[in-house]
Amino acid sequence: MTIDWTHFTPWTSLSGGLLLGLAAALFILLSGRILGITGILEGLLPPRRGDTAWRLAFLLGLFAAPPVFSLLAPAGLVAPPRIEAGTGTLVLAGLLVGLGTGYGSGCTSGHGICGLSRLSPRSLIATLSFMAAGMLVVYGLRHLY
Amino acid sequence: MQRTIEFLVGLLFGLGLILSGMTDPGKVLGFLDLTGAWDPSLALVMGGAVAVGLLAFRLARQRERNLLGGDLHLPPRRTLTPRLVWGSLVFGAGWGLAGYCPGPALVSMASGQTQGLVFVAAMLAGLLLYRLLDRSRVRSAQATAQAE
Repeated sequence: MTIDWTHFTPWTSLSGGLLLGLAAALFILLSGRILGITGILEGLLPPRRGDTAWRLAFLLGLFAAPPVFSLLAPAGLVAPPRIEAGTGTLVLAGLLVGLGTGYGSGCTSGHGICGLSRLSPRSLIATLSFMAAGMLVVYGLRHLY
Repeated sequence: MQRTIEFLVGLLFGLGLILSGMTDPGKVLGFLDLTGAWDPSLALVMGGAVAVGLLAFRLARQRERNLLGGDLHLPPRRTLTPRLVWGSLVFGAGWGLAGYCPGPALVSMASGQTQGLVFVAAMLAGLLLYRLLDRSRVRSAQATAQAE
């Protein structure tokens, strides 16, 4: 293992993480809800009366982030994304993520951020599981060929 | 008031995802690539998020209502199940394939990235598939119970 100093961004990553935590904190304390993206999406499939508006409001805010970020952030603060996956890989990956987060009752925000913050043993197991699986897949794809 | 809060929380979360680098699949995969050139950034993202979250949830757990007097929707404590583990492993595998998880993919899609759109479409299909499979499992379990 070598540290990828070229791409390591300690300050923006830490700051971004603090923002994520702040969002989750405000959500539970002011709205009484867990900030779990999968859960929020799942509740829209199908939409249920009286339980839809808050989900849409949240998603609208999420979608507003890219333009707001462009307006507020100094140019070059964050590097442009590097996306290697082709369409086939993206489709397979998306299917696995959708299916997996369904059965797993949550994703990186629900389990990884909120679950760990709540000291939930289930979320700890879930987080360790998806981290391990992710690392194994990357190892397989990058180092076994 | 609540709609505004939810919108602002979503916005804050999206900004956090962009700033932290979570919307960069290359960065995520760099973190998951332990034996290669390892990018520890994600560890700081999670660390920062959970540090703040710990304080917030500690406060939330002591209360019966949220700070604005409304309901507190804390999930009930459930037992560990095989499907939680299997589901998380499958999710992790998909994450390791493209470097996208749900939140960042939605933001990526909103930035106009076609890859984000493709991933989100497939992800929604996967969620729907889970729903169909799960509903048929519940129905067959009910039918078996009724037959006994």
